[in-house]
Amino acid sequence: MITIAERINGMFLDVKRAIKEKDASVIHKLAKEQTEAGATYLDINVGTAAADQLDAMRWLVEATQEAVNTPIALDSQKLDVIKAGLEVVKNNVMINSAQGDPETLDTYMQLAKQHNAALLCLTMNKEGIPQNVDTRIEIAATIAAKAMEHDIDMDKIFIDPILFTITVDQKQPAYMLEVFNQIKLISDPPPHITVGLSNLSQGTKEKSLISRTFLTMAVAAGMDTALMDVLDKDLMDAAICAEMILNKQIYSDSFLKAARQ
Amino acid sequence: MQIANVTEKWTGAVKEVTIGATKDEGGSRGKAVTVGGARSIPFMDFDGDQGKRIAVAMDVYDIPPEDWPEPLLKNYADVVNDPAAWAKKCAEYGADLICLKLDGIHPDKGNKSADDAVNTVKSILEAVDLPLIIWGCENDEKDNEVMPKVSQAAAGERCLLGGATQDNYKTITAVCLADGHNLITQAPVDINIGKQINILVTDLGFPLDKIVMFQTTGALGYGIEYCYSIHERGRIAALSGDGQMSTPVICDVGHEAWRAKEAKASDTEAPQWGSFAERGIMWEAITAVTLIQSGVDIIRMYHPKAVSIVKEHIDKLT
Repeated sequence: MITIAERINGMFLDVKRAIKEKDASVIHKLAKEQTEAGATYLDINVGTAAADQLDAMRWLVEATQEAVNTPIALDSQKLDVIKAGLEVVKNNVMINSAQGDPETLDTYMQLAKQHNAALLCLTMNKEGIPQNVDTRIEIAATIAAKAMEHDIDMDKIFIDPILFTITVDQKQPAYMLEVFNQIKLISDPPPHITVGLSNLSQGTKEKSLISRTFLTMAVAAGMDTALMDVLDKDLMDAAICAEMILNKQIYSDSFLKAARQ
Repeated sequence: MQIANVTEKWTGAVKEVTIGATKDEGGSRGKAVTVGGARSIPFMDFDGDQGKRIAVAMDVYDIPPEDWPEPLLKNYADVVNDPAAWAKKCAEYGADLICLKLDGIHPDKGNKSADDAVNTVKSILEAVDLPLIIWGCENDEKDNEVMPKVSQAAAGERCLLGGATQDNYKTITAVCLADGHNLITQAPVDINIGKQINILVTDLGFPLDKIVMFQTTGALGYGIEYCYSIHERGRIAALSGDGQMSTPVICDVGHEAWRAKEAKASDTEAPQWGSFAERGIMWEAITAVTLIQSGVDIIRMYHPKAVSIVKEHIDKLT
């Protein structure tokens, strides 16, 4: 499973404070801990409170790179913040994220190609977040077609069909599973399929249990990537176990350890 | 008509393991043999690098074999009592490596001493300059007594020592680490145990790129399907990025094929099976060729004619 570790995010108080006080040690610690826990990418998100978001992004990327070589996912809805991150990033990089309008995709895909970056695309557009399966699939197909047009390998494309909080719409996790199944059919090979896993359990009790239960369902339906809390050992174990059950990793008695090596 | 491009892109590779050390490297071998390195399925070379040429090891025993049928035995009749001479003969027959199987130290087969084993090893190292595989007798207690001394006697030669099992791996892993040898990890036709033993051994600090995996070989007609499917699954896992499955693979074709009825039955016992003189050779050659398809890197063989058939096959397909 490809894991995008979510913790370096200005929404968390410790990161918010670190950005404000330029305390790199907080970022070093999170970068190392998440890497050791098995993160494939470290998500870097300045949050909403930073005074100068471009400066904060650059600082976060540099602080992270001081500590680890782990690939970095630059997380912002603003193109200029992404570009600020790209100015200083040395590790392998993912752009997180672009929305699904054709013109937006053109801009982001050119940028991704220029920087040999992976690109995470949301199945939403100017009309908003889709409320059903079909529209999500249409947008996913547009994203895949654009990737082919720009000659970008599917291996570098990550599609996120946008997971809502369960208390907002409890019908929708089931739709998601159907969406994952259908995105797999869009191209051969298919793009990566990802969600922001923590979104599901916002404001609920049993966050960890809800996250890992949905994760195993999602993996069975074809999700292969997630933006998630890699420091939640039970969650990581569930991801590893789900993939082992699906024969993506040969079982050995130390299978939980083996997958982390 | 546009044909779809179906080449596979594999993310992983089989590691390369080098057996034998030349004078420059602290040993006394004429040259070293490197195996492994495949980045694609056997013979699908359009998908990626096929890796190093498959190596053929020929077996030498420290006691004369008891039950070799005549078509096999006649090639070694004058050397079965002299492992050094036997090794020389194997070198003449085209072996890439010598595999010394220390059956003689087994309590039930001769119970030879550690000193006997050390002398045998030394005599072979002197007689031939091919890289050496040294395999214990598979009695844990005896192997734990003998293999450390053998390992030390061959220190610097970068041999391949067999082997570490799930229940008995600590001693041999420690001595291979200390003396710079490569290590065979063994499992009884069980891919999960095979992976686990690699984890156990690397947990002790043994490097992954000095490990060769072994699953008990089943000859044609005697379980070849089981080890074929394990080799294949393991190879695909290696190419898909599973680190602990990314080691080269050794198989034991000579011993298993020549145990078969089909290799041993005389013309009068089994006239419908074809010529006794040819049958065992073909049983060995076909077992080897089939397993080559499944993804192996070193093949232990007996009969010189089978060896030349298999080497010609390897030539044609690489």
